[in-house]
Amino acid sequence: MTPLTLTAMAGANSLGLGLSATWDALRQDRHGLRPNDFEDATIKTWIGRVDGLEGEPIAGDLAEFDCRNNRLALLGLRQDGFEQAVDNARRTYGSDRIGVLVGTTTSGILETELAYRRRTSSGELPSTLRYRQTQNLFSVSEVVRRRLDLRGPVASISTACSSSAKVFACASRWMETGLCDAVVAGGVDSLCFMTLYGFASLGLLSERPCRPCDAERNGLSIGEAAGFVLLERRGAGHGDIDLLGYGESSDAYHMSTPHPEGLGAITAMERALARAEMKPIAIDYVNLHGTGTQANDLAEDRAVVKTFGTHTPCSSTKDRTGHTLGAAGITEAIVAALCLRYGFIPGTVHTNRIDPLIQSRVMRTSESRPLRSVMSNSFGFGGNNCSLILGKRS
Amino acid sequence: MQVFVQTVGVAGPGLDGWEASRPILAGLAEHRMAPTACRIPDILSAAERRRSNGTARLAILAAQEALRASGLNGDAIATVFASSDGDGDITQHICESLADEAREVSPTSFHNSVNNAPAGYWSIATKSSLASTSVCAYDMSFAAGLLEAACYATVERQPVMLIASDLPFPFPLHKIRPVEQSFAAAFLLTPAAERPGSMRWQISLEPHHTTTAFPSWVPDSLRSNAAARCLPLLAAVAKNHAETVALEYTESSRVVVLCEPAGVA
Repeated sequence: MTPLTLTAMAGANSLGLGLSATWDALRQDRHGLRPNDFEDATIKTWIGRVDGLEGEPIAGDLAEFDCRNNRLALLGLRQDGFEQAVDNARRTYGSDRIGVLVGTTTSGILETELAYRRRTSSGELPSTLRYRQTQNLFSVSEVVRRRLDLRGPVASISTACSSSAKVFACASRWMETGLCDAVVAGGVDSLCFMTLYGFASLGLLSERPCRPCDAERNGLSIGEAAGFVLLERRGAGHGDIDLLGYGESSDAYHMSTPHPEGLGAITAMERALARAEMKPIAIDYVNLHGTGTQANDLAEDRAVVKTFGTHTPCSSTKDRTGHTLGAAGITEAIVAALCLRYGFIPGTVHTNRIDPLIQSRVMRTSESRPLRSVMSNSFGFGGNNCSLILGKRS
Repeated sequence: MQVFVQTVGVAGPGLDGWEASRPILAGLAEHRMAPTACRIPDILSAAERRRSNGTARLAILAAQEALRASGLNGDAIATVFASSDGDGDITQHICESLADEAREVSPTSFHNSVNNAPAGYWSIATKSSLASTSVCAYDMSFAAGLLEAACYATVERQPVMLIASDLPFPFPLHKIRPVEQSFAAAFLLTPAAERPGSMRWQISLEPHHTTTAFPSWVPDSLRSNAAARCLPLLAAVAKNHAETVALEYTESSRVVVLCEPAGVA
């Protein structure tokens, strides 16, 4: 593929606001998880919550979009000079030449969940509920696009936990076919009851901070995050990180259980390598999907070993951010970009003993070393997989 | 972007499959209102028939029809699923449970709640390991899905099935999103003409201000369904005449499709 440059990045997650908070946390082996204190959810688990969202309603022109998910989206956009970078791109290309793609799984469903508690005696929902601007999956793309004053093509992508990795693939196609000259690609997912109680019903939430690849791992920690990148053609804008490849696949196996040998994951990683015209040896670090469930981590390990052997360093950073679901792809793409920029491989922060069944080279402790290219994996329910390859400009 | 429409499938009110619907869509037969036939697609295994949700079944019913008419293998086809509203029955079920003191969410409902559940069941049924993308753009979801499918076929040079589907929400969600009828349609698109009789679509994003209207026979109750916005294109395929269809997309642009019988140079 024709590489694209990440000319701007921004994010907000439980590690803090902006790239510097994420980078500091990576470097200092800090995590953003806390015992569950989300609303009145009583599940005993740890969560990666973004502080302050409850007290920051959206005001002004976009007030009708007010909900936790869109607050988080706008908070993310305000970081790292991102809006200024998009302003500049808009002046260069024109607002109709810049697309918007946002991944999300639950959008503003929290508003509907809370509205169900306020039903009238005849069971009606309160008339103040704004479906299009909150619950509908498109709401987050609309608010981002309006905030940035963009008029190019737009869509929300919702393929479960691969959603905001998939936006890179779609953005690349939009650029390749000439639909756009630049794309704002991102992901936003926020805490809600459906996600917490849903994963609890599947027995997939750990009562401790998640421990990817640990012998005693017993589930995930849910997080929330917003992340965005501005993608432009290489040479068109400044940036030290390029998107070199993406690989998409479907497990075609089971709705919520990965293929035990990680076949879909292997296919996604191989397709990303093929598209980047790279050999596995050229990948210096793999940021794993690594949710911390028994089945997921083992299947991904099988896939990584089959694709890379046992020497390529890898780790999951979900033990720091929590699993941010539809925002996991973008959050970890940004982590991968920071690792490339600063020459850093993050270790694990809660993992005590690597599962002896896991054969890939999981990094227990962080290491500083120059990196040229990094793969980031995102796999979702429904067997939807996407692997990305990012590279540092030499 | 240029794609070729190989085959289509449809499941809507009084539109029970392509063969029965084609004369109606072509304007040669009268449309008679009847509830959407909600058969469980037999491409699903017994286990997946049992587990799958209504949204997945309806989308797959349309896709199965297009697949079987094409003679292609499902494992050689990527997918783009376009839906505005996902599965309202599941949203209702889960939100109801969460409002209850016990807050017990059904595990099956939860894994079916993901917007790409239809894509998951379809890939299991067809054993397709190819890419699958689920897009939403509210009422303009079909237009967004068509763009994505056209981009996919153009860049990846693979067949892609575009499936649009939406269903009515149950009470009390119905009031916040009043959709009356279920509707799904599937378009099997290829980057090159595979067989005679296929239609060529030139697809572009244009600053047009007019949008192609629904065919006049389409009942009001169907027009509120976002997926039904593909009906002007289904009608073009049924007529197999040269025609330009403009679909509403953003405030400043339309997805414009120049439809032409592929036999015409």
